Amino acid sequence: MYQVGNLVKELSDKHGHARESLMPILQAIVQKHNYLTDEAMVEVARELDISAAEVYGTASFYTFLDTQVKGKYVIRVCKTITCSMKGKSDIIQSIEEMLNIKVGETTPDNQFSLIETNCIGWCHKAPAILINDLPFTELTPEKVTEIIKDYMQK
Amino acid sequence: MENKGLNKVDLIFEKIDNHEVLAKGFKMSKDEIIQEILNSGLKGRGGAGFPTGMKWKFTSEAKSPEKYIVCNADEGEPGTFKDREILDRVSNKVHGGMAIAGKAIGAKKGIVYLRGEYRYLLPKLMIELDSFHKMIKKIGYDFEIEYRLGSGAYICGEESALFESIEGKRGEPRNKPPYPTVSGVYGKPTSINNVETLVTAMMIVQHGAKNFIQYGTKDSRGSKVFSVSGDTPTPGIFELELGMTVQQFVNEFGDGDTKAVQVGGASGFCVPRKKFAETIIGFEGVPTGGSMKLFNSSRSMYNVLHNYLEFFTEESCGQCTPCRVGCQQLLKGVEKVKKGEAKSTYLNELMKLADTMKIAAKCGLGQSVGNAFKSIVGNFKEEIIY
Ligand SMILES: Cc1cc2nc3c(=O)[nH]c(=O)nc-3n(C[C@H](O)[C@H](O)[C@H](O)COP(=O)(O)O)c2cc1C
Ligand code: SF4
Ligand code: FES
Repeated sequence: MYQVGNLVKELSDKHGHARESLMPILQAIVQKHNYLTDEAMVEVARELDISAAEVYGTASFYTFLDTQVKGKYVIRVCKTITCSMKGKSDIIQSIEEMLNIKVGETTPDNQFSLIETNCIGWCHKAPAILINDLPFTELTPEKVTEIIKDYMQK
Repeated sequence: MENKGLNKVDLIFEKIDNHEVLAKGFKMSKDEIIQEILNSGLKGRGGAGFPTGMKWKFTSEAKSPEKYIVCNADEGEPGTFKDREILDRVSNKVHGGMAIAGKAIGAKKGIVYLRGEYRYLLPKLMIELDSFHKMIKKIGYDFEIEYRLGSGAYICGEESALFESIEGKRGEPRNKPPYPTVSGVYGKPTSINNVETLVTAMMIVQHGAKNFIQYGTKDSRGSKVFSVSGDTPTPGIFELELGMTVQQFVNEFGDGDTKAVQVGGASGFCVPRKKFAETIIGFEGVPTGGSMKLFNSSRSMYNVLHNYLEFFTEESCGQCTPCRVGCQQLLKGVEKVKKGEAKSTYLNELMKLADTMKIAAKCGLGQSVGNAFKSIVGNFKEEIIY
């Protein structure tokens, strides 16, 4: 859990207090803290003068606006057809073994979350994953191990 | 039917003098721009293939002091990645196309809706947008573009869901009519166009409709960018003249053992080997937003279908019953047949369900699940059953 503090106020001053600012505000909170807490959503509702249920209802529609605890680095592995044909299962297995978590879980130190996602637009370089915003493509178990190692040292 | 063979073209990614093309475009009247696009026969490159000139004409005729041009960069269709490449390499042409569209329809504001998966592009795009704004200011033209991001929902590529998302709501498609040309984003007349459509429109202003119609066929004018993936030695992004057959495509991109090509992504059609020669890629045959996936004989078409059905079940917004329940039932249904828990004739019932979804679902997602379902089950029944 994180404290939102002044963040929501700063964001709504920057993006505006109208309903159409909701997505940019929620996205900015997730950029910083990786997921949305109840407290953050209630705070956003207050700033935009809409009900907290509206904020939650909107956030829960979007897979990237997580309302469950997520690690500092969210690993999204594409599971759509081309990646699945080109070895996505081996990639998942390597990451699972390395981080000692299963798909859908977060490491106890809140550093990494592992999830599956649908086509991320790199099918010609499958298998592909995103770590937060960054794509990594043409992966092999060895390659992905190196990448995660780098992130562990960050 | 016309058959143009396989012809590589380089127009979309061609480097141009943006300033020069825009200065030319801004000198044209709005009717002249619309007429030029109508003459070109350009059809939308996002998948649905609505004539772009008509869309601009309707939006230009709508009476409102405030209008919008929206660029659809949500690119969520499995197997499409060309819009990312276009934005990465020639964003100036995307922005330019939006300004020209803006002039044609009478919009001073443009919004690019970029899928969240492409957020890494944003810092670069912001720099390029900044110089674009400076340039059109110098030409003395009043137009501004804003970027909005998606957050991982395929359905937000559907135009009215995309508007809802921009407005800060759940991405649930609206009822139509009213159409976007009358009531789009913020309830204002809106022309929503795919990334590639806008670049192609820019190219038509540059080279003239007369030159554009030299490419392609009567029903499918011009060239288009294809996203090629799957079992191919040369996956990637290729601009090809429209009008080739699937056979010609496979001769170029196949691995010698191609058994099927999925044209148009999960919501498109599966073409089996025996129909390669007779099927034209384009609006007269199988339409496509550009997604071309090749499968060789080592692949199980059951796995392909199962993967697509999982995709739809997850991405259905759940708003209407035919789609929400239909997707789940199709998925469960093929699993049952595969496990032998249902007779193979059960597939006929599922085919009927897919037909019902085409009629009863509220938006294009539910309506097109049957495309892949029926073409895969229809052509590869044995692989689904055994
Ligand atoms: C479920 C669904 C997803 C869609 N996704 C996209 C998309 O990612 N990009 C796109 O340009 N059009 C997409 N479309 C089509 C749009 O609704 C719309 O027709 C298109 O943006 C219009 O632009 P165009 O005429 O230039 O093709 C989608 C449609 C549906 C039903
Ligand atoms: S067809 Fe599917 S995606 Fe479209 S509105 Fe209905 S439930 Fe939502
Ligand atoms: S299928 Fe994985 S990136 Fe498209």
